[in-house]
Amino acid sequence: MALLSFERKYRVRGGTLLGGDLFDFWVGPFYVGFFGVVTAIFASLGTALILYAASQGPTWNPWLISIAPPDLSYGLGFAPLSEGGFWQVITVCAIISFTAWALREVEICRKLGMGYHVPVAFGVAIFAYVSLVVIRPVLLGGWHFGFPYGIFSHLDWVSNTGYQYLHFHYNPAHMLAVSFFFTTALALALHGALVLSAVNPAPGEDVKSPEYEDTFFRDLIGYSIGTLGIHRLGLLLALNAGFWSAVCIIISGPLWTKGWPEWWTWWLNLPIWS
Amino acid sequence: MTQDGDLTRTRLPLAALAVVAGSLALGGCELAPKVSQQNGYRGTGMDQIYVADSEIREEVPGPPYELPPPGGQTAGEFYENVQVLSNVSVDEFNYLMAALTEWVSPEQGCNYCHNPANMASDEIYTKSVARSMIQMTQAANTNWSDHVGTTGVTCWTCHRGNNIPEAVWTLPGEPQRGIVGNRNGQNEPVSNTAYSSLPQYSVARYLLGEVEPEDIRVVSKTMHPTEANTLSTMETEQSYALMMHMSDSLGVNCTYCHNTQSFADWNISTPPRATAWHGIRMVRNLNGGYITPLQPIFPDNRVGPMGDPYKVNCTTCHQGQNLPLGGVAMVADYPALQRAPQSGWLPSQAAMDMVMGTGADEPEDGVASTE
Repeated sequence: MALLSFERKYRVRGGTLLGGDLFDFWVGPFYVGFFGVVTAIFASLGTALILYAASQGPTWNPWLISIAPPDLSYGLGFAPLSEGGFWQVITVCAIISFTAWALREVEICRKLGMGYHVPVAFGVAIFAYVSLVVIRPVLLGGWHFGFPYGIFSHLDWVSNTGYQYLHFHYNPAHMLAVSFFFTTALALALHGALVLSAVNPAPGEDVKSPEYEDTFFRDLIGYSIGTLGIHRLGLLLALNAGFWSAVCIIISGPLWTKGWPEWWTWWLNLPIWS
Repeated sequence: MTQDGDLTRTRLPLAALAVVAGSLALGGCELAPKVSQQNGYRGTGMDQIYVADSEIREEVPGPPYELPPPGGQTAGEFYENVQVLSNVSVDEFNYLMAALTEWVSPEQGCNYCHNPANMASDEIYTKSVARSMIQMTQAANTNWSDHVGTTGVTCWTCHRGNNIPEAVWTLPGEPQRGIVGNRNGQNEPVSNTAYSSLPQYSVARYLLGEVEPEDIRVVSKTMHPTEANTLSTMETEQSYALMMHMSDSLGVNCTYCHNTQSFADWNISTPPRATAWHGIRMVRNLNGGYITPLQPIFPDNRVGPMGDPYKVNCTTCHQGQNLPLGGVAMVADYPALQRAPQSGWLPSQAAMDMVMGTGADEPEDGVASTE
């Protein structure tokens, strides 16, 4: 891929966390760095293990391939490869490669003198994954409680795990997460539509400035959050969506075992009206 | 544009608010140690997680004294007017009466059912009820072993020292008219629906007994509605409400019986689903065969708004435990309750006798005392 004329200015030395200058170079458009190498190694190893584990399974149907966590009897110990050990090693590879990818983002931020908003945001996504396969299983005392790696099988796991609390929509953190996901989509749709409407004026007219965008929303709802604000809002909404998703599954089991509808009896039992 | 510096000052109260909200939310949590169980292939999520001390073997009253050896005169020969335990030995009959008093009327004693001046008299209605309840207990133990297993039931399983078991139900009153404040039999957070918004009276629809029960199974077998299956989402809510009742009664969740990949498929369900299937039919039989026929003899303070007696559902025995009483096999000490119900006495006939006087005609659709 050709280097754009202005890109050279931003390809600066330094800012690495580990490895010094050793991996401080680019391959095509990609910055490598120590963590790029780590990501490449563990992502490849994990993918290869998924393929090998799949080859030991009953099917090559991509929908049905499933690499399942160990039986509950293994607790928090190691399981034989074919009895959940593959799942354990793949999980380790995934966590290492995701984390290395986030640290590679940190190095790029440092090179450019930027804030760490992007790696922090990606960190919330990693946290959500780690909640499912490490935090909750550890709290429940078994790797068994992780979700299986398969397209249909992980959906079945979600279904069964949700029905263990009778009606998961009553989970307060799930309510928050779902609301944030929907609001994220709404905010992105409004923002995208507004930007496109400003840069696609009637033929022969100039592209409209942000003042037009602000005025549109002031006319519409009396307030415009502004060009920077919408991105802060978007980050806030999206991070909350991921964060509360993680919370909603961590509390299911470790902190609540009954149906989620019953959890709300604390509200009904408040001394104010009960 | 707001500077970052301005924002930091407003963050402290926000953080305090978060801490308060967080502690409030944690207040609703169960912090006790949990135990878990794997009920299916790994990775399917077929698990049970429950608070470690939620399944306990309960303290149950012991036998009144040592079980008398079998043999000797029967109660029917020795006493007057013994109807449903006439084949039991006198000694065991007295032993059972002593236990039964402790289980059902520990405060009122024998006089709750008997006229102390004439123990043989049937003048107190509770005596006829007790006869039907003894037959019901015997029927549960002998005809419904697919549900009660070898653990069995006694009067204590439901009564627990109360005249009326704590968890009972009657038919709802006349439906409310108009739309103002009319919740249409749902949206009330009650334990019967595990505090969900589902319809509250599904047990009446499925567990009443003497009417043809509606089909609980609501899963479509075809992609589009057919003539054969016109069930709507509204009707599926009744089915779900019954399942919520069962879950809440047993302190279990959906995956205790079902694999939610397909609720209807038996080949991926767990063994307890079969036990529950028999349980549904047992409850219908107990309500329809032994409780509803007594309707005419109950006084006004022992019936619901529609005049029907208090009936059983899953909670009546289970009371939040997967195995009632934590699995204590109380009935082992009471062989008389493990016999098949004696023929010759029908709750419907007894009710008719009490209302019309003895010698009234046998009702045409009398409910048989045995299956």
